[in-house]
Amino acid sequence: MTQTVIDDLKRSQILELLEQGKRIDGRTFDESRKLIVEINAIPKANGSARVRLGETEAICGVKIQPDRPFPDMGDKGIFICTAELLPLSHPSVETGPPNPDVIELARVVDRGIRESHMVDVSQLVIKQNKSVVGVFADIVVVDYDGNLFDACSYAATAAVLTSKMPKWEMKDDVPTLVEGAESELPTTTIPVSITMAKIGNHIVVDPNSDEWDAMDCRITITTDSDGNIIAMQKGGHDGFTLDEIIKCGELSIKCGAQIRETIKQAAKGS
Amino acid sequence: MGGRESTLVLLDEKGIRCDGRKVDEPRRIMIKAGGLKNADGSAYIEFGDNKILVGIYGPRDVHPKHMSRTDTGILRVRYHMEPFSVSERKNPAPSRREIEISKVIKEALLPAVILDKFPRTAVDVFIEVLQADGGTRCAALAAASVALADAGIPMRDMVAACASGKAADTIILDVNNEEDQAGQADMPVGYMPNLEKITLLQLDGVLNPEEFKKCVETGINGCKIVYELQKKALAEKYFQNGRDQ
Repeated sequence: MTQTVIDDLKRSQILELLEQGKRIDGRTFDESRKLIVEINAIPKANGSARVRLGETEAICGVKIQPDRPFPDMGDKGIFICTAELLPLSHPSVETGPPNPDVIELARVVDRGIRESHMVDVSQLVIKQNKSVVGVFADIVVVDYDGNLFDACSYAATAAVLTSKMPKWEMKDDVPTLVEGAESELPTTTIPVSITMAKIGNHIVVDPNSDEWDAMDCRITITTDSDGNIIAMQKGGHDGFTLDEIIKCGELSIKCGAQIRETIKQAAKGS
Repeated sequence: MGGRESTLVLLDEKGIRCDGRKVDEPRRIMIKAGGLKNADGSAYIEFGDNKILVGIYGPRDVHPKHMSRTDTGILRVRYHMEPFSVSERKNPAPSRREIEISKVIKEALLPAVILDKFPRTAVDVFIEVLQADGGTRCAALAAASVALADAGIPMRDMVAACASGKAADTIILDVNNEEDQAGQADMPVGYMPNLEKITLLQLDGVLNPEEFKKCVETGINGCKIVYELQKKALAEKYFQNGRDQ
C-alpha cells in the first residue's frame, strides 16, 4: 500500500524466488489462495457473504428495495455495487471520501457483475417507467492482504447468488410489500474475476500484499459460467505483451472455474 | 418513545418478554478478542442479533498534526454502520446519529484509558456495525474496551456496557429493537465495575424517580454480566485453557 525501502528489498527477494520458479508464500504461479465463503453472514440482509481469500477479508450485504428506474431504462431494474475499505482493515486507510484506488475497486467489481448480466434486471420491474426493484450490493473490506479485486468480487457474487427477493405490487401507485412471497433473485450466470500480477517477466495469480506492492502491473479478467471473458481492467505502471494477455485470458478461465465451483458449493450448502 | 400503540405483547402475565427473556435477562452475548490481521488490537461481539467488529490502531502519529497534544495521547472513535446492517439500506456516509454515538463512546472510554505516556500520538478506535438490532452503542462500547485491552493500551479498568429500560410499565434489562421502538424508556449504561464509575449514560423516555434509580441499578447489573464475558474473551486469547490467572 505504501512504498518503503523494505518494499524494494522485498521486491528483489520476490523476483529472485520467481526466477527459481517459487513464490514468496510457497504457492505455484497459477494458484489462488485458500478461499473461504460463508453465506448468510448478515441474516438481516436479503443476501450476504463473508469471504476470506488468504488473509484478505470482505463482507458483502445485498439490500433489495423498490426504487425509481433510471429515466432511459424504465423497463429494467437497478443493480448497484459499491465497495469500501474500512479503516480497521489497514493502518494506511483513512476515513473520509474514497481515494482513486477504492473508486477503481468498486467500479471494477461492479462492472464484472453488471457486464455478465448476472442479475436479470428485466425481471425486476414492478411497474414500467414507474417503479422497479433495486438491488444494492455493498461490500466492505475488513482485513487487507492484497488483491481486493477478487475478494470483493467473490463476496458480491456469492451474496447476489444467494439473495432472496421480496415481492412488491402496485397499490394506489405505491409499491407495497407482499408478505411471505419471497423468491430467488433471478440470476443467469456466475461471474468470477481473476487478478494476475506481472512481476519482472513472471505472471502470478491472486497476488498477496507483498506481491501486490512488488508488481509492475496487473490485470483483472472476469469470466462467466460459459467461459466467456466479460470484463477486464489493467492497472499498474508497466505494460503487458500480447502473448502475456492471451496467457492471462487462459489463466482466468482455468482458475475462474475452480473458484466458481467453490462459490457454487458454498451457495448450495446455505 | 412514550409507548406507541402496538399489537406486540412486550411482557406477558408470566413476566416473559417478546423474545422469550425474563425481565432481568440479557440477550445471548458472544465476545471474541482479536481476529484482525493488520489491526493492533481487535474484537468481535455478537449481542443478540447485533454483530459488531472493532479494530484499534495506535498509539500512532496524528494526522492532521494540529490535533495532537504535547501532554497526552488522544483517543479517536469512529462508529459506523454498514449500508446492509439495518432493514432499509443506510446511506454509507456518516449520519448525525453516528457522529453523536462516536462522541459518547469516546467519552465513555476516556476515563478508562491511560494515554499520558504517549504524548503526540493518537489511538484510533474503529467500530463497524455489520448488523444492528437495538443497543448497538452498548455492544460497541463493550467490544471497543476488549479491543483496546487486546491492543495493549494501558487502562484503569474495562468499560462494560448494557442498556436497561422500561416496557409495559416494568424495568427491563437489555432493551431489544422491538422494545426500543414500542417501549417507554431506553437507558444505555457504560460502567467500570472495578472503579464503580458510570462513564456512559443516556436516556430517552419517561421515568419517575423511583423507576430511574431501579433502571440505573438494572443497567449496572447488566454491565457486570457483560464484564465477566469481556474478561473471559481476553482470557481465552491470552491464557492457556482460557483460565484467568
